[in-house]
Amino acid sequence: MLSRIAESMFWIGRYVERAEDTARILDVQTQLILEDPTIDEEPTCRSLLSIMGVEDEPKTRVSTALMLDMLCYDPTSPVSIASALGAARESARRARETLSVPMWEAINTTYRAIPSGHFHAQRPPAIFAWVRERAALINGTADATTTRDEGWHFLMLGRCVERADMTSRMVASAAATGAVGEPWATTLRATGAYEAFLRTYRGLETERAAAEFLLLDRLFPRSVVFALSRAEQCVENLESAGPRAGFQNEAQRLLGRTRADLEYRSLSDLMSDLPAEMERLQRTCAQATDAVTRRYFAGSEALVWQGIEG
Amino acid sequence: MDAMFEGYASRGDAYDEMFDGSRLRPPYRRLRSSLSEMTTPDLVSRVEALQATYLDQGVTFDIGGEERAFPLDILPRVIEMDTWATIDKGVQQRVKTLEKLLADVYDAGEVFTDGVIPREVIATSSHFHRAAAGVRPPNGVRVHVSGIDLIRDNAGEFRVLEDNARVPSGVSYVMTNRRAITAALPETTAEHRIRPVASYPQRLLAALRAAAPGGVTDPTVVVLTPGVYNGAYFEHALLARTMGVELVEGRDLECRRGRVMMRTTKGLEPVHVIYRRIDDEFLDPVHFRADSVLGCPGLIDAARAGNVTLANAVGNGVADDKLVYTYMPDLIRYYLDEDPILANVDTWRVGEPEAREEVLERLDELVLKPVDGSGGKGIVIGPAASRAELEELRAKILEDPRAWIAQPVVQLSTVPTYVDGKLGARHVDLRPFAVNDGERVWVLPGGLTRVALAEGELIVNSSRGGGSKDTWVLAGPTQSDLDADPESDPDADPDPEPEPDPAPEPEPDPAPEPEPQQEREHRAAHAGPEMPSGPALGGMQAQAEQQQQGRSASTGREGSRC
Repeated sequence: MLSRIAESMFWIGRYVERAEDTARILDVQTQLILEDPTIDEEPTCRSLLSIMGVEDEPKTRVSTALMLDMLCYDPTSPVSIASALGAARESARRARETLSVPMWEAINTTYRAIPSGHFHAQRPPAIFAWVRERAALINGTADATTTRDEGWHFLMLGRCVERADMTSRMVASAAATGAVGEPWATTLRATGAYEAFLRTYRGLETERAAAEFLLLDRLFPRSVVFALSRAEQCVENLESAGPRAGFQNEAQRLLGRTRADLEYRSLSDLMSDLPAEMERLQRTCAQATDAVTRRYFAGSEALVWQGIEG
Repeated sequence: MDAMFEGYASRGDAYDEMFDGSRLRPPYRRLRSSLSEMTTPDLVSRVEALQATYLDQGVTFDIGGEERAFPLDILPRVIEMDTWATIDKGVQQRVKTLEKLLADVYDAGEVFTDGVIPREVIATSSHFHRAAAGVRPPNGVRVHVSGIDLIRDNAGEFRVLEDNARVPSGVSYVMTNRRAITAALPETTAEHRIRPVASYPQRLLAALRAAAPGGVTDPTVVVLTPGVYNGAYFEHALLARTMGVELVEGRDLECRRGRVMMRTTKGLEPVHVIYRRIDDEFLDPVHFRADSVLGCPGLIDAARAGNVTLANAVGNGVADDKLVYTYMPDLIRYYLDEDPILANVDTWRVGEPEAREEVLERLDELVLKPVDGSGGKGIVIGPAASRAELEELRAKILEDPRAWIAQPVVQLSTVPTYVDGKLGARHVDLRPFAVNDGERVWVLPGGLTRVALAEGELIVNSSRGGGSKDTWVLAGPTQSDLDADPESDPDADPDPEPEPDPAPEPEPDPAPEPEPQQEREHRAAHAGPEMPSGPALGGMQAQAEQQQQGRSASTGREGSRC
C-alpha cells in the first residue's frame, strides 16, 4: 500500500472519531450547563476550550454560543466538529480509489451537510445526535465493506489512538467541572455506557468507579485501556514478523508502555491528579502518531526538487 | 405531438438530431413513446434526484478550486447502429494514422522527405519534444488512449473537429452518466438495446499491460495524477479504482538507477507502466519545467532506457496541433492508402500568406483557434466578438500566424435538453474514446456528448459551463427498419444504407436487457433452504400479557416476571 494512502486511512480514522467524540463531550457539557444550577457558564466553557486544546483563549466573555461555535460549527476553527468532518472528507478524497464506494459515499454525504447548510441549521442537542449517527454510519459501512488489509489496520489504528486521546479528554472535562457525581453520570451517558456501568458496579455510582470504568475497563470499547490495546494490536498486525524479544516498533512501545502503566498503577495514585495524568496520556498519543508517521508515512513527504533554472 | 416535446423548436440552420422540422427522426421514436406518459412534475423530481446523486457520489469537477457536480442532462442522445459503425471505422482510421505519424516524425521522418507535410510544421509545434525522438515504445503504441472530437454539421454529417492524443479526459463521465440515467429513466432504458460502456476500464488495463517493457510478465500499472486539486481528479480516482491499480502522485514515485519505484509502507516497489494524467511539461523536472513538483525527476530517462512505459507517450501533442490537423486527410491517404471516412471541418492555415489575407478580411465571420489550445481556451468566434476583441485578435495573428487556424462558424447539431424547467434545442459535440492495445484499436461504443447549456452557445467545454448527456449507441436496427412505418422518411436517415448490417463488430459484452421472466423461473427452480429464525416469541408474549392482566386484576400486587 502506498505510504500516502496509508496516511490518509489513518487520518480518516482519527477525524471521524474526533468528530464523534467532540459531539459526545459537547452533549454532556451543554446539558450540564443547562441543568446544574451550581455550575457557572463562563468558567466551564473556558475550561472546556482549554481541555479541547484551544491555544489562545478568546479575550471576550465566553458564552455557551461562542464555545459551541468554536468546538462545533465554525469550519475555520481547527478543533470544531465541522473542520474534523471536512478533514475526514479531504483525506477520503485522497484515498478515494482505495475506499469502498459505500464508505466514500457515507463520508461524502456527511460532509455535504456543511456546504449545503443542513449542518448549521441543526441546534444542540439534535446536532450531536446527528454527528453520532453519521459516525456510526461511516464506521459501520467501513466495517461491513472494507477488506482487513493494511488499509483497514491503519484506519483502526487512527480510530483507536484518537479514541484513547478523546476519552482522556472526556475524563478530564468531567473532573474539571468540580461538581460531584452528576458530571460523571452524564459523561457515562454520553459514551452510551451508563447502563453497562451500573450493571458492572451493581448500581454503585461513585466518582472513583466511573473513572475506573472509563479508564481501565478491559471490556468497554471506549475505555482508554481498551482503545490502547486495540491500537497496539493494529501496529502488531502491520508488522509482519515479530522479533523474539522486545518491540522494534516505536509506536508499539509507546502505546504498550502507557497501557501497562495505567493498568499496573493503583487507582488512587491515578485519581490523585487526574488532569495531569490525562495530559500525559494525550502527549503519548501525539508521540505515537509521530512514530507511526516516521515509520510508515515518511515516504510521502512532499517532494522538493532543486531544479536548475533555465 | 406529445406534451413533453410540444413547443420544441430546432434552432436555425443547425441539424436537430431528434426532429426534422416537426417530424420525428427514427432513432428517437422509442425515446419519445416511452416518455409520453411522463408528467412534468415527475420529470422535475427525477432531474432533482439525478443532481443529488451526483453530489453524494462526488461526481464533480473543479472550477478555480470550487467543486461542482458535473451537469448531466436527463434526456439521452441516441445514435443508430449504422451511424455508429461509420464513426467507429473513422475513429480507428484516424488513430492508426496518428500512430504512424508519431512513429515517423520521432524517427525516420519519411513523411517530410515524401513532401506530405513540411518539416517545420512539426518542428515548430509547441508540443514537439526532442526527448521523445528515437524512443521506440515496447509494443509500438504511443496513443494508448485517444479522444477524437466530432461534430455534426448542418447536413447531419459527422466531421472531426480535433484530435486528442495526449491526455483526453471525460471517459469517467461516460460510465457514471450511464449508471445515473439508467437509474433515472429505468423504463426508457429497458425499452432500448443500448451497447454497454462499463467494460472500458478492463480494456484500458489490458492495453496498459500489453504496453509493459519487454521481459516483464506481470507488470505493475499505476495511474499518475496531479492530485486532488486537478479538475479531472474524480476521473483519475475512478479509473484507478475500476482497474484495481494504485493512484499515485509524483511524490509517491522515485527513480533509482533508471527504474521507477513507488513508496509503500513496505518500502520501494517497482512500477512498470504509468498511465499518466499529467502534461508532458510537468512530467520530469530534469527534462521539462524545472519548477514542476507534480512529476518525478528521472522519469523520462527511465522511459528512454525502456524500464518503464509512459502512456500516452511523450511528445504526442504534435498530433493534437491544429495545424497538423489540417494535413490529416493527406496523411490518411499517405499512410493507410485509404480515403478519410470522417471529413475534417474546412480550415484555413493562417500561416500561409493567401489564406491569411482572406482570413484577416473575414475575421468577423470566422472562428479563430490557437493551434495548441484545449478546453476552448483562446477561441474567438467572429460574429459574436466585439470590434475591440477583433482588433486585438488581428494584432495577435499578425504577430504569430503559425499559432492560429481559422474555421467557418459551424452550427453544431442540436438535441432537446432540459434547461430551467423546459426543453430547448442545445448544441452538442461528441468525443468517442479509443483504446489501442497494439493489436487493434477499440472504440468505446458511446463516448461523451457535451452540451452547451446556454441557448445558442457553441462552446461546449465543461470549463465554460457545458454539461453532458448520456450517449446511447443502439445495438440493433432502429424501429423504422423493423416495421415499415409509412411515416418514416428515408431522407431523415443520414446514412441511407437500406441493407441492415447485422453485426458491425463482434461485441463480447451482451446488451443489458432485463429478463424478468427468466429470473423468476431461475428462482423457482433453485429454491434455497429456508431462512432460520430466532426462538418463537409468540407464546411468551401471550404469557406476559396474561401476567399483566393478572396483575391489574389482583389489585396492587406485584405480578411475577416471566
